[in-house]
Amino acid sequence: MCVLSHGLEAAGLATVALISVRSVAERMHPPRALYCEFPLGRPLGAPGDAAFQRDVMTKAFALLDAPSGPVLTDHPTVIEADETPMACALPPRFDPDAAAAVDEARGLRRAHDRSVAARGRTSVGRVAGPDAIPAALEALIDIAAGTDWTEAGLPEGDPISTVHDIRAYYEEAALELVDGPAPGGRAAEAWFFEATEAGAVVMAARRAMKDAGAPQPFWFYMAPGHRR
Amino acid sequence: MGPTSEAPAAVCQARPVTTGDQAMRDLADSLPVPEFDTTAFTPPKPLAEATVAIVTTAAIHTMDDEGFTGFDTGFRLLDRERRDLALGHWSPNFDRSGFAADLDVVYPIDRLEELAAAGVIGRVAPRHVSFAGNQPDDVATVRLDSGPAAAEALRHDGVDVVLLTPV
Repeated sequence: MCVLSHGLEAAGLATVALISVRSVAERMHPPRALYCEFPLGRPLGAPGDAAFQRDVMTKAFALLDAPSGPVLTDHPTVIEADETPMACALPPRFDPDAAAAVDEARGLRRAHDRSVAARGRTSVGRVAGPDAIPAALEALIDIAAGTDWTEAGLPEGDPISTVHDIRAYYEEAALELVDGPAPGGRAAEAWFFEATEAGAVVMAARRAMKDAGAPQPFWFYMAPGHRR
Repeated sequence: MGPTSEAPAAVCQARPVTTGDQAMRDLADSLPVPEFDTTAFTPPKPLAEATVAIVTTAAIHTMDDEGFTGFDTGFRLLDRERRDLALGHWSPNFDRSGFAADLDVVYPIDRLEELAAAGVIGRVAPRHVSFAGNQPDDVATVRLDSGPAAAEALRHDGVDVVLLTPV
């Protein structure tokens, strides 16, 4: 981010950067920066709150009035992440012959379809679209049970992107199953990894890959770094 | 495929962790950053007359465009009208549900349109830019190749002011 600020400014563009890690801006001196202590992944702070987003932009654009740079100021509002799993109902067991995570994913399909219809977009599909999510979970279940990760039939052989798609599928579906404002930053992540069968499968597969000596990046980036 | 280059996994693992965000901010504190001896400073055109573009590092792309790879140092151009956007970031270490719920919390294109309609900014740029936030440590390509190429595309579109949003 700060590197881009320097480069774009040097190319004749006036830049204002929202900053999510203050110490980096302090060391890199971008021309104009507004530090926003908001949940990582939410640079405008509050999903669904247009007034707050406009306030962030107004304060950022105000930095254009500075006669010289670098200038680094703070947005006065701090929004902390919420690591408590959001309250979101999961589908009841339907097919006793299916693995629990597979049954669960199938049960979320209508909610995911509604989410895509409501928003006109989805981040599911880097390697596995919605139709392929149950099979992707079956591959992870096999890995957790001891199958070599390179032979488990992961979509495109890619565990990181497989989990990206599974997690996006769950989090997008969940938006249709909870009332009220969007969950706090990381509350959906906590729900996925701590409350769902799929999250448990991902973590079990990750542990199995680590224990089997899989190259570290391929298992490590299946889940946030602070999750064991 | 390729793994993300966002952060040394061993560093992440060795840290005592309080929360995910704190862990990532602590990690960012500990990593070396490129040094700049000087800070370029372009005198801005009055905002009410300026063409404004968004540059994000959220690795978002239109759903029919090529996604980002794990070591992607390039960028995607986002047409002003497009809202069918996917999050292609390779890092699992940030909230994604905000983007899923509301595009503007990452890529405030609707807010920018409102500011243009209100006369606060002059014009919304026809194209916006998306990079991946996870880059090789030396960020050489962004500094020397893809960054200048993005700047050229923005200047071609008459952009005066850029709002950068990080992920």
